[in-house]
Amino acid sequence: MSTTTTKIDNRAEVLDAARAALTPEIVAFIEECTADEHVHSHLIRVLHKVQGHYGYLSAEQMDAVAQLLQVPTSRVTGVATFYHFFRLEPRGKYMLSVCLGTACYVKGAERIADKLQEELGIHFGETTKDKLFSLEATRCLGTCGLAPVVMIEDKVYGGMEPDQVPALIGKYAKMAQEEKKA
Amino acid sequence: MNTTVLNTYQELVNAAKARLAEACPENTIRIQVGSATCENAAGALEVWQEFEKSIRTSGRKDILLHRTGCTGRCSREPIVGIFVPGKMPVKYQQVDRDMAHQIFMHHVLGGELMGEQVLDRPDTAPDYQVLVCDAQHCGCCINGSAVETFRQQLAAAELDAKKVQLIPTGCLGFCSMPRAEHTTSVHIRPDNIVYNVKSVEDVARIVKEHLVEGRVVESLVSNETSINQGFFNLYGDVVFFNRQKRIALRNAGVINPESLDEYIQYSGFKALNDVLGKGDPDWVVDQVTLSQLRGRGGGGFPTGLKWKLTRQNVKDECYIICNADEGDPGAFMDRSMLESDPFSVIEGMIIAGYAVGATRGFFYVRAEYPLAIKRIEHAIGVCRKNGLLGKNILGSDYSLDLEIRLGAGAFVCGEETALIHSIEGERGQPRIRPPFPAQSGLWGKPTCINNVETFANIPALFVFGADWFRKVGTEKSGGTKVFALAGKINHTGLVEVPMGATIREVVYNIGGGVAKGKSLKGVQTGGPAGGIIPVSLIDTPIDYDTLGKMGSIMGSGGMIVLDEDDCMVDVAKFFITFCQDESCGKCTPCREGTKRMLEILERITAGKGEAGDIEKLERLAMLVKNSSLCGLGKAAPNPVLSTIKHFRAEYEAHIHDKRCVSRKCKALIKYEVDADKCVGCTMCARNCPVDCISGTRKEPHLIDQGKCIKCGRCFEVCRFDAVNRL
Ligand SMILES: Cc1cc2nc3c(=O)[nH]c(=O)nc-3n(C[C@H](O)[C@H](O)[C@H](O)COP(=O)(O)O)c2cc1C
Ligand code: SF4
Ligand code: SF4
Ligand code: FES
Ligand code: FES
Repeated sequence: MSTTTTKIDNRAEVLDAARAALTPEIVAFIEECTADEHVHSHLIRVLHKVQGHYGYLSAEQMDAVAQLLQVPTSRVTGVATFYHFFRLEPRGKYMLSVCLGTACYVKGAERIADKLQEELGIHFGETTKDKLFSLEATRCLGTCGLAPVVMIEDKVYGGMEPDQVPALIGKYAKMAQEEKKA
Repeated sequence: MNTTVLNTYQELVNAAKARLAEACPENTIRIQVGSATCENAAGALEVWQEFEKSIRTSGRKDILLHRTGCTGRCSREPIVGIFVPGKMPVKYQQVDRDMAHQIFMHHVLGGELMGEQVLDRPDTAPDYQVLVCDAQHCGCCINGSAVETFRQQLAAAELDAKKVQLIPTGCLGFCSMPRAEHTTSVHIRPDNIVYNVKSVEDVARIVKEHLVEGRVVESLVSNETSINQGFFNLYGDVVFFNRQKRIALRNAGVINPESLDEYIQYSGFKALNDVLGKGDPDWVVDQVTLSQLRGRGGGGFPTGLKWKLTRQNVKDECYIICNADEGDPGAFMDRSMLESDPFSVIEGMIIAGYAVGATRGFFYVRAEYPLAIKRIEHAIGVCRKNGLLGKNILGSDYSLDLEIRLGAGAFVCGEETALIHSIEGERGQPRIRPPFPAQSGLWGKPTCINNVETFANIPALFVFGADWFRKVGTEKSGGTKVFALAGKINHTGLVEVPMGATIREVVYNIGGGVAKGKSLKGVQTGGPAGGIIPVSLIDTPIDYDTLGKMGSIMGSGGMIVLDEDDCMVDVAKFFITFCQDESCGKCTPCREGTKRMLEILERITAGKGEAGDIEKLERLAMLVKNSSLCGLGKAAPNPVLSTIKHFRAEYEAHIHDKRCVSRKCKALIKYEVDADKCVGCTMCARNCPVDCISGTRKEPHLIDQGKCIKCGRCFEVCRFDAVNRL
């Protein structure tokens, strides 16, 4: 009796699906990385690129990265969950980070943090229901001279007082509204 | 000597000179605007745009806008410098768009000084400024004090402070220059002339010929360029700067961080030229060993020895890594250096790479520093184009290229073995050492890891000599250290002082003392791995060894000033929270030990401390310290141990008397209205977020203690001091 084994080579399909899950620029970037003899060492760079574009890392994208870089998905997930910088869920329109580094802490950053949580009605790591704000704590933005500081997207607000929090949030809420209208 | 290298370098220098001369002809007025993360956050970009617009509308072709990095004077930013040929450089502080416009109209076009906004120095516009070095090792012999001699001679010549201003400064850095023994360096602004004087007669000649008659005294002029002459010409009149000694920060705030030409103008790549020209890596290692440079990343490991060990292990591949992870929350030296003078770090790296035999190099930068990343990327590109990176650097047979790898927000990745894992694309967990990276590092090959500041020191060390470098510091640590001064201090910013300076000098003479007139309680150094130095010890000269003895560490250079309002138990809790968050979880003592320590500290600050808690903390601390795998766990207990050592009474007050002397721990304080002082203005009641203050207009108010959440609003808003915090 003879047995026949059918080999199914669906590698091309899988890779196509992986490419489709990412933007052409990211795919090109990954291909550049694969030229290096130490391909795996580019994993974190690639994840930075993906998060830079989508704002977070979805399971689908992490799978795609795993396929294209030829590393196990478990390793991609392992790395994505180890580093604080990577987010596994979508974020709000505006990213609000409060610095809780030493310099900011001794200048009362905790009170700013409390006020922000109170005003937005969310805790750190959460996003408001209207998907407008995500709140995050960071450790030192390197602008300790302006402590305590809050960063919204990439704009730094220094010398914050709890009193200024509502107006600051209001300003961005209004900006979003106007953008919507336009 | 490799003449190809020398010639290639000389060509670079000539080309740079020619381009600079063309870009900035002699009679150009220069407007200098800083641009680093700090400056930009304070509004430097808008200021830049305003000047751009003003220059355009004025139609003037002889006004040049010049971008620099930052000087490290964070609390006064944005800083704008105005350079009118033949006039004293003027710096304006905290400039905004409006003021930029005013400065342009009145000062640049109108030639009129806007006194009030001048950095630290309102109302002075003397014809000359005389900066006299009064540092000890400059060894002036004119009756003990050159400054005094100048004062007498100036008085005799009837030159008052309005005409000539005399400024004693710390070391001007001229001592690095070859010159006769026992001479004092004197810097005359705005002519930017440096004299070496050694007698009363010399001083008299300078006063008469230069300051009165306006002729340069050629025979006393020093023709060498000092390490930070550019810096002192710009900022020498500002106390914050003139008490410092700038080696690593020599170009910060002076040159355009994106201009290779300007870097070369200030001796840039001269060290590399010397090193490659000589062509002997062993000599390079010897020089660094001789200089007694120690790693600035925290550990203080002798750099020369590290290079030697790496070199010994090289068979084929070898890597060089710059650690720019700067995880200490409250430190920003490395960021500032990378943003303000990236070329010097790159030059240091190439020299190190050459010495150890590296074939490939990496910058590991934390992702939170986008501007620094951009500047290094740019600088690497420029270096490649100019034959300073890549194949056959400067025409020598040495080749090296650099790449950037980003961190992703994990403090532990600053640890060298974790960092290597991270570059390899793994989770950033440390591993047991040995083998040390010098033996087996990245991809199992010998790897040399140094900190940003360590590299930034290297070029200066070679240009001015290992011996000079060593003499700047203390017996066992050569050179300077940059500190990021923050917290309750008047002038926050970056400060570079010789090893062996005291905390008092840094906090009071340079930092302008504690903010808001409060009293100093202590200074935290070394970040989460460090400790707190109490006010009683601030006169100890600081270097790696003395700080260790005081229960702290040098660390990477964070220096947080704490005042009477800071509770030491709370600060210890803050750092343990940090380490607990950042523990990678690989080993139990660190992962669990810090958690248990945190629980005890939380209990104590919540007023639930028990007798024996301090001993329990100490026992746990020693356990974590002794049995953790990596430096994070080993050092995590330091803030707790050092606060217990120096502030035990505070812990005891929390535990036994349920009292927080600094009134910081919420659970241990309460707010009360003083009925005698309360005028019934209702201010507090209107501001209380939980509406727990009762009382009608003009009647004393009362706080419902059961409902009060101790937010402190009432205390802050009462204008009659009627709310007490007890
Ligand atoms: C938890 C931990 C964090 C560290 N973080 C940094 C850092 O942010 N920057 C740095 O240069 N060194 C850091 N180090 C020290 C490095 O392991 C290494 O000693 C240093 O980069 C060597 O460079 P140096 O000899 O020039 O100081 C850290 C060490 C530990 C244990
Ligand atoms: S000491 Fe802490 S950070 Fe270091 S390996 Fe152990 S768990 Fe990880
Ligand atoms: S401390 Fe805050 S909650 Fe308490 S009485 Fe004052 S304002 Fe109200
Ligand atoms: S501690 Fe907040 S910016 Fe450094
Ligand atoms: S001034 Fe640049 S670091 Fe703050």
